[in-house]
Amino acid sequence: MGFWEQFSDITLATIKDVMPIVVILFGFQFGVIRRRIANLRKVLVGFVYVVLGLALFLLGLEKALFPIGRLMAEQLTDPDFIRAWSGPSDMGLRWYDYFWVYIFAFAIGASTTIAEPSLIAVAMKANEVSGGSIGVWGLRIAVAIGVAIGISLGAWRIVTGYPIYWFIIAGYIIVVIQTFFAPKMIVPLAYDSGGVTTSTVTVPLVAALGLGLAETVPGRSALIDGFGLIAFASLFPIITVMAYAQIAELRTKRSKITD
Amino acid sequence: MKAGVFALGRSMLGSLRDLAPIVLVIAFFQLVVLQQPIPDFFNLLVGFLCVVAGLTFFIYGLEMGLFPIGGSMAYEFTRKGSLFWLLLFAFALGVGTTVAEPALIAVAAEAAQVAAAGGMIAMEPQAQLEYASGLRYTVAFSVGFAIVLGVLRILKGWSIQYMIIGGYLVVVIMTCFAPKEIIGIAYDSGGVTTSTITVPLVTALGVGLASSIKGRNPMIDGFGLIAFASLSPMIFVMAYGMLM
Repeated sequence: MGFWEQFSDITLATIKDVMPIVVILFGFQFGVIRRRIANLRKVLVGFVYVVLGLALFLLGLEKALFPIGRLMAEQLTDPDFIRAWSGPSDMGLRWYDYFWVYIFAFAIGASTTIAEPSLIAVAMKANEVSGGSIGVWGLRIAVAIGVAIGISLGAWRIVTGYPIYWFIIAGYIIVVIQTFFAPKMIVPLAYDSGGVTTSTVTVPLVAALGLGLAETVPGRSALIDGFGLIAFASLFPIITVMAYAQIAELRTKRSKITD
Repeated sequence: MKAGVFALGRSMLGSLRDLAPIVLVIAFFQLVVLQQPIPDFFNLLVGFLCVVAGLTFFIYGLEMGLFPIGGSMAYEFTRKGSLFWLLLFAFALGVGTTVAEPALIAVAAEAAQVAAAGGMIAMEPQAQLEYASGLRYTVAFSVGFAIVLGVLRILKGWSIQYMIIGGYLVVVIMTCFAPKEIIGIAYDSGGVTTSTITVPLVTALGVGLASSIKGRNPMIDGFGLIAFASLSPMIFVMAYGMLM
């Protein structure tokens, strides 16, 4: 398929996805609110930019990132590759023989989260609303670390085969405890950051990794164990974002004491 | 015009910086760990340039279009003071942005396969199709419900902790009773519902509502809509798995 053909296909698909939102927004604006939108032209141009940007972004991912990412996930989870690093073993593979998989999961989780457009949007808004006390980069890095931990832990879970709900419930317990100690201001934002991490970039790559692992690790089913990485990726950022705020609070307290 | 081009150029540099980590990670693993050549270099470069341009345009359009309209609609709704229309708007936004979400369609189709393999429904394509679309509408409805609940929370000033923790409890209890095959999908469905366009819009709506109502702090009350939207599908999908 040619470049332009692919581009127009993806643009049309994006427009189709955005259409319900546009209909709802303008339907309510004209039908219920019945007021002219300030700077209507600017808003419309902004929408065109958003659609065009999203289409280009998806096209680029489809062309560049996903094929190589999927290929790498396949190669890294290939038992032959893992055996080559762990040396000859007649006992079969142990969980720590998969160490490159965990490192890859960590690195790809963190780097794709940094590039996640919806996280950038939320970080911009949080920075604006908090009057600058929550840094755009601080939040993004805290979320990225959370996703990285979540995905590598999720990969480890697929290898070892422990049930997914142990981890999720343990994660919930940590979140609940942290909620009582974290600065009040960060709590809603932290809860939100779980949902924003997993949209365009992270999901396809992470899903490929999960399926690759579940297919090659003996005793795993791709259908049952391949799922669940996304759940990990949306739980751990909640913990790291609250931790980020707690550390920031601790540091300001300490500097006040030394002053 | 010149200022616009300048701003676009600057945000393009920002996008390059945002994407640099991915390039480094892929290059390191491909060349050092896997020791494979980079395949199809030309296509890769074109794709990468598309991603950079796309991210730049998206962020640029966000501040021009999505953020302002989300905020101004929140303001107008509170000025109008009609609770009914605001909640209807919240519901429509939740359902409308989710039902067509490509990630959800993919997950629903896979969930139908799991259900068929697990013997919960018949192996025929027709039964799977029905199961998948039932699941899709369930998730869409649950997101609409979540946004309505989240908007009500902002209006009334309820504290978010107890609602989320209560939601977690429901998830944990349902996990004990839901069929094993559905649990992974249910947990994942929370993450896939919040798309790249929904998130900025819903965030702008929440923050806009909290800033235009007296006595609400946008930082404490404005955020949290996304959290509801990613928690409630888990509950609804497990319920769907138990009932079907």
